[in-house]
Amino acid sequence: MTAVAQSPDAAPPPRSAFLQLVRAFNANKTSWVGLATMAIVLLVAIFAPLLATHDPVEQNILDKLKGPSAEYILGTDSFGRDIWSRVVYGARISLWIGTVSILIAMVVGSVIGMIAGYFGGKLDILVMQAMDVLLSFPSLILGLMVVAMMGPSIGNLIFAIALTAIPPFARIARAPTVSVKERDYIEACRALGYSHPRILTVHILPNIFPEILVMGSLWLATAIRVEASLSFIGLGVRPPTPTWGSMIREGFENILDTAWLSLVPSVAILIVVFALNMIGDGLRDVVDPKLKGERGG
Amino acid sequence: MLQYLVKRLLFAVPTLLAVLTVVFFIARILPGDPAQVILGEQASAEAIQALRLRLGLERPLIQQYAGFMAGALTGDWGSSMVTGRPVLGEVLNVIPYTIELTAASVILGAIIGIPLGVWSALHRNRLIDYVTRIGSLLGLSFPAFVMAIMLLLVFAIQLSWFPVISSGGSGSLGVRLQHLALPAINLGIIMAAYITRVTRSSMLEVLGEDYIRTAHAKGVPALAVVWRHSLRNALIPVVTVVGLYLGILIGNSVLTEIVFNRPGLGKLIVGALTQRDYTMLQGLMVVYTFVIVVVNLLTDLTYGMIDPRVKYQ
Repeated sequence: MTAVAQSPDAAPPPRSAFLQLVRAFNANKTSWVGLATMAIVLLVAIFAPLLATHDPVEQNILDKLKGPSAEYILGTDSFGRDIWSRVVYGARISLWIGTVSILIAMVVGSVIGMIAGYFGGKLDILVMQAMDVLLSFPSLILGLMVVAMMGPSIGNLIFAIALTAIPPFARIARAPTVSVKERDYIEACRALGYSHPRILTVHILPNIFPEILVMGSLWLATAIRVEASLSFIGLGVRPPTPTWGSMIREGFENILDTAWLSLVPSVAILIVVFALNMIGDGLRDVVDPKLKGERGG
Repeated sequence: MLQYLVKRLLFAVPTLLAVLTVVFFIARILPGDPAQVILGEQASAEAIQALRLRLGLERPLIQQYAGFMAGALTGDWGSSMVTGRPVLGEVLNVIPYTIELTAASVILGAIIGIPLGVWSALHRNRLIDYVTRIGSLLGLSFPAFVMAIMLLLVFAIQLSWFPVISSGGSGSLGVRLQHLALPAINLGIIMAAYITRVTRSSMLEVLGEDYIRTAHAKGVPALAVVWRHSLRNALIPVVTVVGLYLGILIGNSVLTEIVFNRPGLGKLIVGALTQRDYTMLQGLMVVYTFVIVVVNLLTDLTYGMIDPRVKYQ
């Protein structure tokens, strides 16, 4: 990105994955802005009970559809619930569903990709073909199907989102495994009689871990967007639990009178997804320099 | 060329069969009895049993599977469990709206995204490049329904330039375009964000090549270097990305059709989901699968149009 990185006598890229990440961050100042924003959002989610001025599900019908005031910072919705408190608690749901589903996809996808890449052969072809089939499905449509069949609950949402995110992790874990397993030190491990699980976890995993981690941060943005989309369609966590997507949906039903209701959570989602994308923007170059500017979804 | 086309079509068949199999098993294996779901919690055991028989859920799984696959491939997708009308007919009724919308947004995205990406690449690390990069990052951060709601608020409700409900428009071309405009702009902006980014990075790569320096050195006009020598080579990754993001586009079109209350596959699928119309859902999944397989094929064929060096074998 920078001129320094291009000049021939620049320092060789640092070896440690951590230093690589720091360097990517510094090359792209927006990454720091994104990281700072996400830190604030995380704090808001953690300290939601302290920041909320009201109970997010408490209805106060006499105060419905009030504008912003000292008592209700961002006004109230059509049930007289405090919008600010609902947005603050909504951050918890979004981050929780997003993070857990991506963690599951990371673990399951990496295991699948590593095993396929390590053992190769027919297993590899079969597994990766299956991943491609899954990948060819639009993630929102797949999510819709799964949640509609299983019913909307936090667990099922996490399952649906994780399912759509597994194939990309399998792919990114497989490629380096295939090249690493040919190296001499893996040969040596085999000669020493190490078991396959031991070689995979102790000797191959550390090599591919940074890339998986970076992919995780990229896909978190997508996961949060998909969760909000499903909630907006009406397949999210059941009301009255406050989620940003369902708040937008409620506001949208009366958009002519109460546009405000859907705008506040809309801005909240936008801030979080934009911040995550800013973080990912710099990191993407670490994963794959060829993928500059691209992203999955 | 024809030979390649036939070969590619043959290769698409296993993919198609695999996805159809996934669709079938998602619908059957996930917990929840369709008959129970359709009739509700209070339904009697006899009523559920009767519906299960009618839906063919009592047959052995392998028979159901064979029936489903045969039907899917021959166009016999059964009748909607809610309206009773043939699924295929319902789908064919609305599919032109969705095709119109997605095609318009890809065109719009290319018209905005490609020049912007080229411009940004030519002014690398200058203010315009910076603004374009942040802008496109913001553009692709928008969930489609959030941008749709904002467009609807500003241009349909506040300014009244466009209808609030894009019924799809029947009648004159002008009316039709007016109904198409806002939904297409919504998807077009998001598409443009993706296209800008990939065009920029792909152009940067090509601009660093030796033959570009040679072209400059031998006195080719700067504009010709950009358009003829660079962009043409830079477009392959752009086409790939447009093909890859079809999945996102399809998902986004569902959300857009809901917000603008526009007819199309998206509205059909959400209606089918809320009414538990399983036959309709299966039919729609088959449609989506066909679309994806066809687009993958078209993407491959476009390579040859852009780059004559690509040989079809």
